Amino acid sequence: MAYDRTTPTVTGNRGLDIEEPLIFEQDRPGQSGVDIADPGLKTMRLGDAGRRSGIGLPGLSEPDVMRHFTRLSQKNFAIDAGLYPLGSCTMKHNPRLNEKMARLPGFADVHPLQPMSTIQGALKLIDTLADWLKTLTGMPAVAMSPGAGAHGELCGMMAIRAALEDRGEGQAEGRHRVLVPESAHGTNPATAAALGFTVDAIGSDDRGRVDLAAFREKLGPDVAAIMLTNPNTCGLFETDIKEIADALHEAGGLFYCDGANFNAIVGRVRPGDLGIDAMHINLHKTFSTPHGGGGPGAGPVVLSEALAPFAPVPSVVHGPDGLRLVEHADEGAGTAKTFGRMKGFHGQMGMFVRALAYMLSHGADGLRQVANDSVLNANYVLASLKDVMTPSYDGPCMHEVLFDDHFLAETGVSTLDFAKAMMDDGFHPMTMYFPLVVHGAMLIEPTETENKATLDQFIATMRSLAERAKSGDTAYFEGAPYHTPRRRLDETSAARKPVLRWRPPSETKAAAE
Amino acid sequence: MRYLPLTDADRQAMLATIGAPTVEALFEDVPPAARLKGPIAELPDHQSELQVERFLGAMAANSVPAGSVPSFLGAGAYRHHVPATVDYLIQRGEFLTSYTPYQPEVTQGTLQYLFEFQTQVALLTGMDVANASMYDGATSCAEAVMMANRVTRRNKAVLSGGLHPHYRGSTATIAHFTGFELIQADPDPSGAEDLTSLIDDQTSCVVVQNPDLFGRLRDVSALARACQAKGALLIVAVTEVVSLGLVTPPGEMGADIVVAEGQSLGNAVNFGGPHVGLFATRDKLVRQMPGRLCGETVDAEGRRGYVLTLSTREQHIRREKATSNICTNSGLCALAFTAHLSLLGEQGLTRLAETNHANAIRLADMLDAVPGVEVLNDSLFNEFTVRLGKPAAEVVDALAERKVLAGVPVSRLYPDRDALADLLLVTATELTTDDDMQALVDGLKEVL
Repeated sequence: MAYDRTTPTVTGNRGLDIEEPLIFEQDRPGQSGVDIADPGLKTMRLGDAGRRSGIGLPGLSEPDVMRHFTRLSQKNFAIDAGLYPLGSCTMKHNPRLNEKMARLPGFADVHPLQPMSTIQGALKLIDTLADWLKTLTGMPAVAMSPGAGAHGELCGMMAIRAALEDRGEGQAEGRHRVLVPESAHGTNPATAAALGFTVDAIGSDDRGRVDLAAFREKLGPDVAAIMLTNPNTCGLFETDIKEIADALHEAGGLFYCDGANFNAIVGRVRPGDLGIDAMHINLHKTFSTPHGGGGPGAGPVVLSEALAPFAPVPSVVHGPDGLRLVEHADEGAGTAKTFGRMKGFHGQMGMFVRALAYMLSHGADGLRQVANDSVLNANYVLASLKDVMTPSYDGPCMHEVLFDDHFLAETGVSTLDFAKAMMDDGFHPMTMYFPLVVHGAMLIEPTETENKATLDQFIATMRSLAERAKSGDTAYFEGAPYHTPRRRLDETSAARKPVLRWRPPSETKAAAE
Repeated sequence: MRYLPLTDADRQAMLATIGAPTVEALFEDVPPAARLKGPIAELPDHQSELQVERFLGAMAANSVPAGSVPSFLGAGAYRHHVPATVDYLIQRGEFLTSYTPYQPEVTQGTLQYLFEFQTQVALLTGMDVANASMYDGATSCAEAVMMANRVTRRNKAVLSGGLHPHYRGSTATIAHFTGFELIQADPDPSGAEDLTSLIDDQTSCVVVQNPDLFGRLRDVSALARACQAKGALLIVAVTEVVSLGLVTPPGEMGADIVVAEGQSLGNAVNFGGPHVGLFATRDKLVRQMPGRLCGETVDAEGRRGYVLTLSTREQHIRREKATSNICTNSGLCALAFTAHLSLLGEQGLTRLAETNHANAIRLADMLDAVPGVEVLNDSLFNEFTVRLGKPAAEVVDALAERKVLAGVPVSRLYPDRDALADLLLVTATELTTDDDMQALVDGLKEVL
């Protein structure tokens, strides 16, 4: 009998890939990883709300907890470990200087409701970052509080609705339609719909851009806004963006720009010069704050003069005693028309510090180089793969390159299968099946922090996989991945019969009976 | 520039492969008038790590860290001791620099801790199921009200006067723009609020905070029954999640949705963010929930594994029909929460909560003995309200000059209500020492 890497082991572990039970399955009742003396509480003042039963949390010592989460971490791919080319996600290097700065007690250990005289450094940080954002985008105002990109979209679209209502052109008066390209992120139509707008999709032309003629036809007195990503999710600059802005403004509409792809143009193009009215900036994309497995992010929104009066509270203003927070609509400082509050406290301070550390490190010259190198890297991938894969559009791309699945036609290999096979070669897959405007989309964003050797290895891998697919080895792709901590997971049954938490064996047994 | 690995030789070789003369040529689709000719002149050029550290270090030194002086602030953000292990674990690059786990085969680490997080939140709140986090407690609250409107197909929400004003404000903003009615009870530090009379057959939900803004606790079971009788949902908000170590979980009192701020476990106050919103509900309502959900499944070899699931509720699948527009949430803060709570365990959390409660009782008794100070609470967890007989904001400013952060004046949250102007919210946690308490007592004696 021949033994290989699939040979069963006693434990089910595979070398350094160690199986790890849930913390709830490691309970040692009475154990704790934190030493807290019994405070000897004799009387309680909990009124009639005292706890009557236990919680059910497991007890683990500190080494148990350390090992648990360390083992879990080893089952994760991360930008620290390798290329993470998720299109429109901008997975770039996360400098550790930023982590160190964010943990300075003068930022991290400041309570949000301390007196103004004790928070001047924190306010200065926010004010300085706001200045950088306004200067980089060429916009006069910025709302700092949104918690992430989608929250920023809500902010910008609320400001647009408030501005339209202020001039007597609200939804009730007929401005209810928001134009959203089919290539947009799902958050765009979700945001517009949540705010009561009618979402009207506009198609792309054969160059992957908004169809200008179709757009003009859609314009009318009922159009409130357009939500346009630029560069768009096909990785292309919207060449007619100025014409779109002018025509929209002439028709009385306002321009929301989704800034998810700002990395391609940071320091090279100011969106304010293109006629936009609002744009969120994902600090966790362009400005390198870590994605953290799904957040936290931060989504400040730059605003035009037309929208600035409607910005949410709070904001930081300069006063006679230094900087001050305006936390309420009735505190003057130009906030009379604010649409209100979106979130607790003042925004994602920890992310602000990281983003500013990143900006200071790069400076104006370095940020321009970020845009240059991100675009160069994406075009290098495009040029190196265009003969074996199918680029969806001609010409140079911006910071990400879009392929569709035509090169896999009649191979029986899907985009999903192809992506899964990439993992076995040590590459995280690109964004798949998005944007929706091409079939079986593969959207690759290498970012500027990848060196040429990594890109060359990636390119060689992609070429080899493409050739393997075309050679008819469908089974290889259908079974992939083979070498990852888990093989392909059954997502269908997960959704059909959701198991969303651990339950004690006694409960699951009782439920089964 | 230390973060950019390409050399000029690399760039030239790559341009040759591309067949472009310059990088500038790759920007040909950008209208020439919009192309900046060089680095933006108003901004400085790049700086070394040392320069950035000096610059930001000097800036940070211009704030007073709460931990550097006796500090009694709460009102929705609480300083607690976070074990060193927690901050180490969340800085492991495999967690810190991973994306949302779209490819489950290579993100089981994130997925498993999210599954554990969901379970911990469900256990703490006494609910069936929790999501993988929201931005913060306030946005969780706004999302919960929208969810209640969907579930009940009604459009009128009732908010307790004891609900944190930022939760009220965030919900009011959403109410204005999505077109539902809000009945907001007045903030009432006396604890006499009766929300039952505000519920009618058009009410989608009642939102009540426990402990409330003023630190008061109550059993909301009767309110839950009153909601149920009218077909409305009860939403319970918790701003201090450590309280759940000692307080009856909202689920046991009949809550339909629980929203909470999870910052207290694992996370610094961070001047207000990032924090981590908790969101839990009943099994039967799970398909109306906002946010990401992690579920258990098996892989092709039959081994247990985890995936993001029920995504047909979400924006990237449903677009304009999604239950929420949320995408990125608070994953790493959720990990901090989960690691801290894993370290604490049942015994640790209980003792932590007891220590907070014991310190708050001691402080309340000490303050009550100060002439001119009246403690208003007959119940409390680790925060309570005192009446000072003069504007609390002035007292806080005077004490700040004496290097004591005395608490949160209610006027900071409700500047327009004169009746609340002399009220101060005071918090004691496990970090509060006897010396801290004495400093507050002494300071108040001086300035009152």
